[in-house]
Amino acid sequence: MREFIDGAEAIARGALDAGCTFFAGYPITPATPILLHMIRELPKVGGIAIQAEDEIAALGFCLGAAMAGARAFTATSGPGIALYSEHIGLAIMAEVPVVIVDVQRMGPSTGGATTTAQGDIQFLRWGTSGGYPVIVLAPTDVYDCYRLTQRAFDLAERFRAPVFLATDKDTGATRATVESARFERVPVRARRLADPAGPFVPYGVERLDDVPPLAHLGGPHLVRLTSSSHDERGYLTKAPPDLDRLNRHLAAKIEQHQDEIALVEADLQPGAETLLIGYGITARPVQEAARAARAKGERVSALVVRSLWPVPEDAIRAALTGVRRAIVAELNLGQYRREIERLARDDQEVIGVHRVDGTLIGAEDILAEGGLA
Amino acid sequence: MTAGTRTTYLNEALLPLPFCPGCGHSAIVRHLDAALVQLQLDPRQVVLVTDIGCQGLADCYFDTNAFHGLHGRSITYATGIKLANPDLKVIVLIGDGGTGIGGHHLLNAARRNIGITVLVFNNLNFGMTGGEHSVTTPPGARTATTRQGHLERPLDLCATVGVNGAGFVARTTAYDKQLPALIAQAIQHDGFALIDIWELCTAYFVEHNRFNRALLEQTMADLGFGTGILYQHDGPEYSRAYRDALRDQRGQPVMPPQPLVPRYSSPLTAPCHIALAGAAGAKIGSAAAIFCQGAVLSGLWATQRSDYPVTVRSGHSVADIVLSQDDAFHVDTTPPDLMVVLFSEGLKKERGRIAHLSAKATLLIDAALLPVQTAARVVPLDFSTTRQKKETWALMALAALLEHTGLYPLEAFREAAALRPAFAEANLAAIEAGLTLLT
Ligand SMILES: Cc1ncc(C[n+]2csc(CCOP(=O)(O)OP(=O)(O)O)c2C)c(N)n1
Ligand code: SF4
Ligand SMILES: [Mg+2]
Repeated sequence: MREFIDGAEAIARGALDAGCTFFAGYPITPATPILLHMIRELPKVGGIAIQAEDEIAALGFCLGAAMAGARAFTATSGPGIALYSEHIGLAIMAEVPVVIVDVQRMGPSTGGATTTAQGDIQFLRWGTSGGYPVIVLAPTDVYDCYRLTQRAFDLAERFRAPVFLATDKDTGATRATVESARFERVPVRARRLADPAGPFVPYGVERLDDVPPLAHLGGPHLVRLTSSSHDERGYLTKAPPDLDRLNRHLAAKIEQHQDEIALVEADLQPGAETLLIGYGITARPVQEAARAARAKGERVSALVVRSLWPVPEDAIRAALTGVRRAIVAELNLGQYRREIERLARDDQEVIGVHRVDGTLIGAEDILAEGGLA
Repeated sequence: MTAGTRTTYLNEALLPLPFCPGCGHSAIVRHLDAALVQLQLDPRQVVLVTDIGCQGLADCYFDTNAFHGLHGRSITYATGIKLANPDLKVIVLIGDGGTGIGGHHLLNAARRNIGITVLVFNNLNFGMTGGEHSVTTPPGARTATTRQGHLERPLDLCATVGVNGAGFVARTTAYDKQLPALIAQAIQHDGFALIDIWELCTAYFVEHNRFNRALLEQTMADLGFGTGILYQHDGPEYSRAYRDALRDQRGQPVMPPQPLVPRYSSPLTAPCHIALAGAAGAKIGSAAAIFCQGAVLSGLWATQRSDYPVTVRSGHSVADIVLSQDDAFHVDTTPPDLMVVLFSEGLKKERGRIAHLSAKATLLIDAALLPVQTAARVVPLDFSTTRQKKETWALMALAALLEHTGLYPLEAFREAAALRPAFAEANLAAIEAGLTLLT
């Protein structure tokens, strides 16, 4: 069955199919359509959707609801992410599963509400104090909007952590023809709850990279959740061994499981000299440029990164193997290029195709930059 | 202790409480415990949501559920918890500092009448950070940040939430013997309940102002701040009101698909980029969507990207459409093959692209906007005699475009235009009218 829908609708469908039961948000272009979809649809499945008084409250509601048993979801754009910042930290610290969509618009500040950009890529990673890892996925088209939203809910449950979907105005608001059969609904991951009969230690883990099972407020156990540095039982602590354990755990549970999160599409050509890299709205032009260059007899590989954070280092290194240079296309002045530069060998050149004028990067721009036109 | 009867909800193994000698927080914590004992609530059904500040240390000493969050934001978690599970007793412990930085949440929680209980540990200053002034610091009071005496008016917390819809509002001091009963009453209240509990921060406020219990009460009286239960009503509690209001939505089809079954075909061979430029408010986006749906009915794959200013009904509105026989997510990045330009707003926005159109491109444009500088083949559209409303001009122009180019059958466009019954008649009339524009 074919339909003509936009990314926001696909994101809402993805969330509903992933078992979302709670949404709180605050209107902001270009994320408002997601709020409107959730306000309209969630009551149909017995869920709750509410416009909060501001973004701080929106994410606060989500965190409270999540710990009382909901699958919580919110959506905003750059200025809202700025207001989410402190609560993102709480979600990391208290280990609360929540999905956060950033429909990127041009920044800084109010920037261009209706102008697309990919300027939040490093902000999402480093957007709260402490510097602990978060998971960020980037959809490339309407199918991805659906697929990666489901994936974001899955990863939020798996890691008891905030998971971001970094999309942009043009991926979110562009309507496209879709074949609905390709919206593959994946089984919803059951929330890993603590054994109702067994003893319960709110933040008890055996290994640093384990994720503690969760107990709901109002459930069989007494639950302690806290934004402050805590021991395994959720009590405030300043004891160095407890702090060390806590902070290393928050990093390890994600960083040591990069392989479960990594999502890249590598189209590698043996003997390729050039690797083209894109994500989100620049994925398609990268793939198109690779096809066009090959048609001219050039040897070119293409890599689309769908899990931006943690950086899928192994997959990127593998794609870089053997090439002389990488060309990174993004609607900012080189935010993800930094990550590629970090992973490239000294003798590999990393070139950026960057655009911050609100217009899109086309395959022709990438070909021209790489002398492949 | 008789079976089933709790004599305390405090975790005695963790006592004593961590507050300074004489701190009013200790008294309030004891009174809260007494209230819980009075109510004999199942501790698993009680959630203490604590703010940041000295008062925020209290949850660690209770054997109930606890959610210790950010400074000023405790009310937001409490709201989320109550929304998700209306059966829980959600009690917020917040300082006067928290009611300042989180005043927005306080106000809105009261306005919604969400069923949480807010106990304000109001010691008239920030204890934890060193005795700075808060929104409740009385005039003339000396604090770390008002060394010559406070110049600002204190916030009347009770009046503020009271006039804004709170269901139960009271004020007293931490030394009030009736406080446990009052707290119990607040917890039992269905809607939003707040008790503004005045007390002493012995480390700072008492030190800086030679303050004592008598002065605490005197200050209330001087300010005309009433005590006791000040507001009370049984209006609907929000988490239940939400469920009641939306109950009939339950089970309705979730995001029902809008299938488009290809029944026509198109001679298109390579992807075609069509830009439709016009004025905001003139239904440019809806016309473009119908055009795309017609393309889908013709077996094509369409994308529609829109550009508009932040205002909704002024300035330009542009839709960039890519039609193709393949299902890649084509988003326009190359110059248009076909351009339709209507209204001065459309022309103003697109003069640049019009000037750069290639000789192979075609420009359909309202004849009244001519002349324009372009290498494209210009097809003037004559709207001078039409009686159609401006909101239909985009559909008209797209009908003309289809007739001129044969991109896909007009019949498919008509079918798409009739997809929404409420608009079918007007849309179909516009299409027919559009077919006369080319002559
Ligand atoms: C966003 C933020 N700003 C500042 C602080 C620092 N801070 C901690 S407690 C506090 C004031 C607490 O005062 P109050 O709420 O009255 O609680 P009390 O200590 O008097 O019980 C402040 C400003 C913080 N934790 N978070
Ligand atoms: S600083 Fe003030 S509020 Fe904090 S514990 Fe001491 S007396 Fe109490
Ligand atoms: Mg205080």
